[in-house]
Parts: sequence; structure tokens; C-alpha cells
Amino acid sequence: MKISEKIIEKHGITKSEYKRIITLVGRELNLLELGIFSAMWNEHCSYKSSKKYLKTLPTKNNKVIQGPGENAGVVDIEDNDALVFKIESHNHPSFIEPYQGAATGVGGILRDIFTMGARPIALLNSIHFGDPNHPKTKNLLSGVVSGIGGYGNCMGIPTIGGEVKFNSSYNENILVNAMAVGLTKKNKIFYSKANGVNQPVIYVGSKTGRDGIHGASMASAEFDDNVDNKKPTVQVGDPFAEKLLLEACLELMKDDSIISIQDMGAAGLTSSSVEMASKGNLGIEINLDKIPCREKKMTPYEMMLSESQERMLLILKSGKEDDAKKIFSKWGLDFSIIGKTTNTNHLVLNFKNIEVANLPLSSLSKDAPVYDRKWKKKLPSKKIDAPKNFQTKDISECLVKILSSPNNAEKSWVWEQYDSTVMGDTIQKPGGDSGVVRVHGKNKGIALTIDSSAHYCLADPIIGGKQVVCETWRNLVAVGSKPIAITNCLNFGNPEKEEIMGQFVETIDGISQACSYLDFPVVSGNVSFYNETKKNSIYPTPTIGGVGLIKNLNYTMNKNLKEIDSNILIIGKTSGHLFQSEFFREVLNFKEGSPPAVNLFNEKNNGLSILNLISKNLVNSVHDISSGGILVALVEMCISGKIGAKVKIPKRDINHFEFLFGEDQSRYIIEVNEKNMKEVDKLLKENSVYYEKIGKTQKDSLDIDNICKMKLNSLGEIINKWFKSYYKE
Amino acid sequence: MKISITITLKDDVLDPQGKVVNQTLKNMGYRSIENVRQGKYFEINLNEKDEKKAKKISEEICEKLLTNTVIENYSISYK
Amino acid sequence: MKSSVIVFPGSNCDRDVAVALQKFKIENKMVWHEETTLPKSDIVVLPGGFSYGDYLRTGCIASKSKIVSEIIKHANKGGLILGICNGFQILIESGLLPGSLLRNKKLRFLSKNVFLKVVNIKNSFCSDFKNKDIIELPIAHNEGNYFASNDLIKKLEDNNSIAFKYSDKDGNISIESNPNGSSNNIAGILNEKKNILGMMPHPERLIDPILSGEDGSMLFSSLLKN
Repeated sequence: MKISEKIIEKHGITKSEYKRIITLVGRELNLLELGIFSAMWNEHCSYKSSKKYLKTLPTKNNKVIQGPGENAGVVDIEDNDALVFKIESHNHPSFIEPYQGAATGVGGILRDIFTMGARPIALLNSIHFGDPNHPKTKNLLSGVVSGIGGYGNCMGIPTIGGEVKFNSSYNENILVNAMAVGLTKKNKIFYSKANGVNQPVIYVGSKTGRDGIHGASMASAEFDDNVDNKKPTVQVGDPFAEKLLLEACLELMKDDSIISIQDMGAAGLTSSSVEMASKGNLGIEINLDKIPCREKKMTPYEMMLSESQERMLLILKSGKEDDAKKIFSKWGLDFSIIGKTTNTNHLVLNFKNIEVANLPLSSLSKDAPVYDRKWKKKLPSKKIDAPKNFQTKDISECLVKILSSPNNAEKSWVWEQYDSTVMGDTIQKPGGDSGVVRVHGKNKGIALTIDSSAHYCLADPIIGGKQVVCETWRNLVAVGSKPIAITNCLNFGNPEKEEIMGQFVETIDGISQACSYLDFPVVSGNVSFYNETKKNSIYPTPTIGGVGLIKNLNYTMNKNLKEIDSNILIIGKTSGHLFQSEFFREVLNFKEGSPPAVNLFNEKNNGLSILNLISKNLVNSVHDISSGGILVALVEMCISGKIGAKVKIPKRDINHFEFLFGEDQSRYIIEVNEKNMKEVDKLLKENSVYYEKIGKTQKDSLDIDNICKMKLNSLGEIINKWFKSYYKE
Repeated sequence: MKISITITLKDDVLDPQGKVVNQTLKNMGYRSIENVRQGKYFEINLNEKDEKKAKKISEEICEKLLTNTVIENYSISYK
Repeated sequence: MKSSVIVFPGSNCDRDVAVALQKFKIENKMVWHEETTLPKSDIVVLPGGFSYGDYLRTGCIASKSKIVSEIIKHANKGGLILGICNGFQILIESGLLPGSLLRNKKLRFLSKNVFLKVVNIKNSFCSDFKNKDIIELPIAHNEGNYFASNDLIKKLEDNNSIAFKYSDKDGNISIESNPNGSSNNIAGILNEKKNILGMMPHPERLIDPILSGEDGSMLFSSLLKN
């Protein structure tokens, strides 16, 4: 049967791509083979639009054990311990079915971690929704949150950080980005690269059903008369099965029977088998009759493209099959020898004694297309005048307005649905600058954060890209950890549009500049394009997940004010940048202008100085200053520490609004006891760090220079109000 | 009028709960069990005598609220 | 002192509670649910988690495990049993403790620290709370809303079978301090003979000052007084 142009198009393959395939393979394809190409050559697997730019990111330093290209990145955290981590998006499935979409997103990223031999120890997430008043938002938010919780809680892995943001650009394209972090030993890392001919290929985990068979498969009834049966079904997550798979895999990994291992994620059996074999420069032969199937009469096409969850592909050392099988049987999981490695450099599939596909592996992986898409530079915004007359506003009213907005409100309604204390090693729960978990059985800790600043990136992608990396760095520093590396999830619109591609290219430029300067490499990540509906694209949203090491947990830090009558210092210079600030956006509804500039020297210098102060036990509390400026940061410190503050605004060339709400970068608020002031002053001056003492802590209330006086109790109620009233609790 | 609504997962949609119940029943010795799928059941009293209208209302509430039509089917019976 | 922690498929606080027991020098063994004999133990612990994915009813499928009949024998001989969170749910499903645990009143998972009033300190699990009977522990559950008939609640109260009640930081027991809708703010109960304790909060998660508190320690230290 010759494949019609319509079917090729429905598989998302362009005419010129199909021509290229014919040249590579040397003949026409059958439908199964077309499906395989469609899975391997799509944007998600091939990174065809992004590859050129991803290559420019810094990915190495002396801490990096494994950079991008594996299931997850790995960094050295000393004492033979290694940290494995990655972030991934599950945006579209979460919009279709929020609970299952988010749940399987968490499941997928966890498999990426334990595939590499690491026991997952923490989860984080960044979720973006449309306008809260949009009719879909309420259900999407509650569905996603309970889906994330449902999966992570059942797996028994603490969710220790994240962010929740709202903006109308996400009305029809929500973002669900999940990050997972695992711990292993440096000499116990497992990779996906196959090695050796004639080694058994093993399928383990749950059975294969018709879950999430990609859109193309239901393209037409030409495939089958039974149209209803062809509909792609939503992937349903089974966290219980995954918990068993986790324990079984880790049990098997105790000895050395695994040659390589790869989870079956997007494009399931197709991408896992292709990746393992092509990385090892081998061939692979699979007998599809051996695939454990959940439904009757599943076709090779369905088996190869199913995205059923909780499955893994292993290549074992020949002779280890029986021992391995015992482990998987004990955990009640399927175990099936489905094929072997070969020296043909081809993917060969057999079904009912007939060869149903035979493709050169290079055509699926290294010869997949790479595009140099056209892109347009974002022109710097014209000189814009700030809105007039805002200086007559009442500071307290402005503060209340910011604190009661959905983006700035306290998120405990969300955090409380995630188990944050299971595993018994959680030092800092969600809500601080970074989450902190202890390395089990040791006195060292891992700090983790996840950040995005989409409206900065929209206004200026280069600055935005830099800023979001710096904010991640700062959040790690604020808890006393030495930042190590990041993982990034790049969420954008349609890259075939020059303007969108421009956002992507320039954001990467910004990320790259900041990462290089801060020696903060990118070790894993994911690109999600085509987040747009009816030509409305989302804001460019790079999400950055950062990890840091706390060598001695006795010197970790949080943002809670600790004592009355200590000094409050602002580290870093406040010049009062209000464009793109929460104050302009939430209070004045003014959205023009450029984001605050990022000075990488100051970022690094201020950060390292903060780490120095924390390591010498000279500060009581530290908080990074980000959206909302000094005032919002101070309120957060007061509420979490249940201690007030009395502030005197320094007499300089900026007005009160600029001082209190400006979002200049590289700044922190620190709390210092009087007895330590001399030493702190000396260390900061030695390192040329600009700082201002703005006041003292006090009991129960916040008092800003007599222009804003509020009780902590009422501030706490205001910041907690939004979610409760949204869900009428 | 009394209406009963049964909601089940669509064929082909994985039912983790059904799977575990199935396995447990087998372990308890019920060897003849072949397959278990779980669902939800609602009984609703409707103050409506016209059967056509009742049908319309029932279908509407299934579509709009009771069923997650992405993964579930429903069936309605009237008494 | 010897303990056994039972591991069901889907248990996920088994390691945490084993760490806590070992910290208090209790000699612990992990016991897989398919075992048919129980190692010699002074106390059996059913850990938290999602045994069998919480499918059908929480704790229900685990209560059909082979090892459960051995646990019941252990209980009948007066041996100690502690069920935490999912372990409490399993104790209820296996009939070792009365009542039932419904979904939280707000119908969502709740993970947060709560205050508890220790109502009965005269038992093997709680004697060390005598000097501090208002404590803070984390809860993390979806189905922790303890429900029982009025008669049963009265019986529990009369027999001093309630071990913990949700309270505020001053020990006041009120609707405001009830996180999940439990009858009479019940967070943990004992059987009549007081050798079985089931509780929703997680003492094993707060046994170290570095983890923002160590109120859970007193439960494990109490065990050593037996």
C-alpha cells in the first residue's frame, strides 16, 4: 500500500521531510515505519528547531558528571554522592485532562531519574494558568494540583518547592513543568547507551495499551473500520505501579546485570529502542509478539507508538535474565524478553513471523532534520515615560493590592496538597527561597528552586533570560547553598514564526551569558514549542530549576525574621526600577517598558558575600528581593518569622515608591544582630558590596517611615486571602 | 422520576484500581474472575414527569458535570 | 526491644519509621507482606504510604495480606501495634480498631504541621508526653477524617481510648483546630486493651531538631519504657 500525501501530512511530516526519508531509507515506507519516523522526527524527540541554539549553552564544569543527552543530568556533590535531576513539560496533556496530564508528567520525570540509578528525593513544579476569571482556569488549577499531588504523594517523594502563576496568555495553553531530583553514588550511575551484540532486550513494568497514541494514528478510518477504537486515549497514570517499578529497578541495580536502561516516555517503545541502539552504534531486533499488551488485537503500529506509562526498556548482560525476572515478579510487574541487540545498525521489527519494519537507525536519529529557522530580533522598547501621578497613592493600599493579587498571594492552598515531609529529610518546605532536603544519613543538604519570569522575557528576552538564571542562583544562595547547576524547560509558541523564534534565540542568549558568568551549567532540559492556540502565543517562559549544595546543615538559612531589635540591611543597590514591576502591573495596570537590567558582576559578588556571611554565622535571616521589591520581601520575612519591622527610607535621589517597590536585581534583605554589625560591615566593605541599613525588627507590626503602618496579623490574612476566596473555602 | 446513572471508564483507558482489585480477588481464590473495571453510580430524584425532558436533563448533567468525557462513558436508566 | 515494620506494596514511610525506631535503639526487621510468620517482636509497626495505591478503599487491600492474620495473633497475645496514617487505615480495615476514616472534609490532600493534645498518657505509646502534652506533628493524608457512630464515640471517650486530638497551640480543641473534619477532633485512637494505637499524624517525621522539631521522639522513647 502506497501511503497517501494526506496520511503523511497527518503524521506531521512535511513533503520535503518525506523526500529526505525516502533518500535515507532507499524506498517507500509502510504505515508502521511512517509512524516511527513521525515520532522520531517530531519537534519533541528531534529538537529540530532548537538544536542549533541549545548547543550554545554552557554544559560543563568540574562538577558535571553528565550533561544534556541522557535521561537526566548528573552533578558531583562530593563524598562519592551524585545528584541526578531534570525538568520536563507536560503542557498539552494537562490542558486536555488536568489531573491525568499533570500526574503522568510527574510520573515521567520520576522515571527519568530512577532510570539513571538514583532514588528520587524531591519534586518541584512550575505551573502557569490563564486569567483566574477565564472559565477554564479554576478546574484546570485544581485538577493539575491534585494530579501532581496524587502522583508524587503516592510515590512517597516530597514536593518541596515550586511556583504558581497566572496570566491571560496561558488561557488556552497552561504550562505544567515538573522537576525531579534523585540521589545516587558516583559509581552507580546507569546510562541508556547499549553495548555488545546479542544481548537480551527486556521490557518491564506495566502492560501496553492504546494510551496516548499520537494524534496521527487516528487520522483516518483508512487504518481500520472500527474508528472508535482508534481514538487516542488519554494516558492514565498509575503511581502505584510506578512505585513498584521504582523499587524493582533499584533492587536490580544493586548488582551489575544491567548494561543499559531507558524509560519509555514520549513515543514509548520507538524512541527508547532507537535511542539505546543508536547511542551504542548497534542495531536492535524486536519481536512484537512478546510485548505485554493490555488490550486484545493490538497492532504493531499501536505497540510502537503507545505512550502507556510506567514501562522501561533494559538491556541485560546475557545470562542474568532469570535473576532479574525474579525481582520483577516479586513486585508483580511484567517482564518480557522482547528482542536482542544486533550489529546491523538497523531497527528490525517482527510480528507473527513477518518482518514489519526495517529501518537504518541513523535515519531516525543522527540524520533527522535540523532547522536553522528564521528569527527576528526583539527591538529594545522605545523610551517610555512612566505613568504620572502615582506618587499621591497610599503605600499601604498599594501593598494590600499587590499581596491580594493571585500572583503574589501566599500559595499554601497549593502546597498543602503536596506531601512535603515524607522521607523525613525535609529541612525547608515550599514557601521559602529554596526547598532544602538533607542527604539521607548525612549532615549535608541539597537546596532546590524553580523559577520563571515570563513578563520580563516578553519585554526583553535577553535580559529576561539572564534574570531568571540569576534569580535561581539568588534563591539558592539565600538558603546558604553553593549553586551547582541548572536544568531548563523552555516553553514557547510556534517556532515557525520569526518573532517567536526570535524570543527563543534571544532568551537562550541571555541564559547562556548568565550561566557562563556564574559558572552555573545547564545539565538537562526540555523544549516545549507550539504553545499557542488560535494564533495567541504564550509569553516566552523559560523555567529554570536550580540545585545547590549545603556542605554543613548547621549553616543553612531561611527567610524568617528571628529576633526583635536586630538590624535590617539591604544588600545591593536600589535604584528604583519600576517598569515591569508588580507595582506597575498590579496597581497601575501599566505593562510597558523594559525589565530591570542584570549586572552579572554584582550578582556574583553580592551572592558570594551572602554565602560568606552565612558560613560565618553572622546573619539571622536572608531573603532575596524579587517581584514586589523590598516591601513585599520584607512583609514575607515578617509573616514567616512572626516579627515586625520598623523601617526608615534612606534619603537619596529616589522616591518612596521606587525604593519600596523597585525590582532592581542582585539584592537581598538580611537580618543582623547588633553584635555582628561591625564584622558584617567589614566583610561587605572588603568585597565592595553596596548595602544600606534601613531599620530594625520589632514586635508585631510593620512600620515604614510613618507612611505605612500595619499589624502582622492583618498582613497575614491579606496574603492568605486570595486562594481561599477563589475556591470559596 | 428516579434516574440511575452509571459512569464507567472508556474501553482502552487504563483502570489502575480495577487492575488491583482484579489481582486481589484472584489472590483470594476467585480463579474464575477474568476482568474488573470500576465506575461510579448515582441515584437522582428528578421532579419531572415528561420523559423527554427528563432524558434531556439527565444527559446534560452527565455531560456537564458527572462525567469526565475525556476518559469516561455514562449510561442512564429511568424508573 | 524488638520491632517489625510491615512493608506492603505501596508503603512509603517504611524506611522513615525504621530510621526512627533504630534511632531509639529498637532492633528492627522489615517484614514483606507475603511472609507467613512474624519475627519475634515487642511491637509491630504498620507504616504510612499508599498500600495498593489506596485503590478501592484506603488500607482495604493490604488488610487482606497473608501477614495480617499473624498481626492479629500478635495483638491477641497483648503485643504492641502502632499504625501510622495508612497503617491506621489498615488497622481499621482489618478490624483491629473501630470506626472508619473518610475523605478529608475539604476533599483535598492535606500536608501540614498540626498541633495535637495528648489526651491519654497512660499507655505504652504516650507515657513520655507527660511533661509536654501539646505537641506539633505533620499530617499528610487524603482520608483522615475519623468517623464513628455517636455510641462508639461515647465509648471511646468513656474508655479513655482517644490518644490524640487536633488542637491549637494552646491545647484548645475546637472546629477551627480540626483540619480534616474528624469526629471530636480525633487524631489517634487506642483499642480497649490499649496495646494498639492508630494515628494519622506522623511522629517518625519529627525526631530531629534540624527538621523544625522533635516532638515525635517522645512516642518512640515511651516505647522503651515497656
